Amino acid sequence: MAPIPATLYRGREGMWSWVAHRITGVAVFFFLFTHVLDTALVRVSPKAYNTVIESYKTPIVNFLEVGLVGAVLYHALNGIRLILIDFWSKGPKYHRVMLWVISAVWIIVMIPGFYFMTKHTFEQMFGGN
Amino acid sequence: MTDNLSTPPALLNPRSARSGKNNYELYSWLFMRISGIILVFLVLGHLFIMNILDGGVQRINFGFVAGRWASPFWQVWDLLQLWLAMLHGGNGLRTIINDYAENDRTRSFLKYLLLVTVVFIVLLGTLVIFTFDPNIS
Repeated sequence: MAPIPATLYRGREGMWSWVAHRITGVAVFFFLFTHVLDTALVRVSPKAYNTVIESYKTPIVNFLEVGLVGAVLYHALNGIRLILIDFWSKGPKYHRVMLWVISAVWIIVMIPGFYFMTKHTFEQMFGGN
Repeated sequence: MTDNLSTPPALLNPRSARSGKNNYELYSWLFMRISGIILVFLVLGHLFIMNILDGGVQRINFGFVAGRWASPFWQVWDLLQLWLAMLHGGNGLRTIINDYAENDRTRSFLKYLLLVTVVFIVLLGTLVIFTFDPNIS
């Protein structure tokens, strides 16, 4: 049997970007579930809400937040890429190029994003103000 | 599919048969794209404002939430974000369950669990936004 030709979603960049899209999507869904539950505590009492939010103010949670932002940002950028593949006549032709473009955008956004999001944590860990 | 030579067998003979009764999957596919575009602005905006402009979780407490939800603008933003994100995420998880849970009973159970979860979270979040009381003690 002749080898099956690669398609948009079988093998290489097309498949791995799809795998990452699923993984980040599921991760964000579970975060959202938790996020609605913790915010719902404002309906219980200010004390209950503040206690839970206080437990988030740690370096570990801060790095998890950066991970969340990274996951959401990838999912958003790759989602735009998917829409272009589906609706732009040249989308399928440029799907690989578009993956490199969104990867570059991701890195360009995440570097200052990481800096500003973790500034407080690093100041807290290594002195400063 | 016009070119059968370059179409993999899995696409010529997909495991899931087309129901043929309605266009539910077409609308679901379209919904993912439309809600996705709106969510790009709502969610990335939310993350940027909350994590960077407003100083991140360090600044968050009950008073912060009260100040924010005093404005109908943020109430509408959060409500829209809640509904679209839960329906978008719920529909995405439905697709994943359909793809990987091959046992009929497992698949039905997981989708039932997902439906209950999505309805619960959407209703809870909506209730919280509409009934928020800054003077609760």
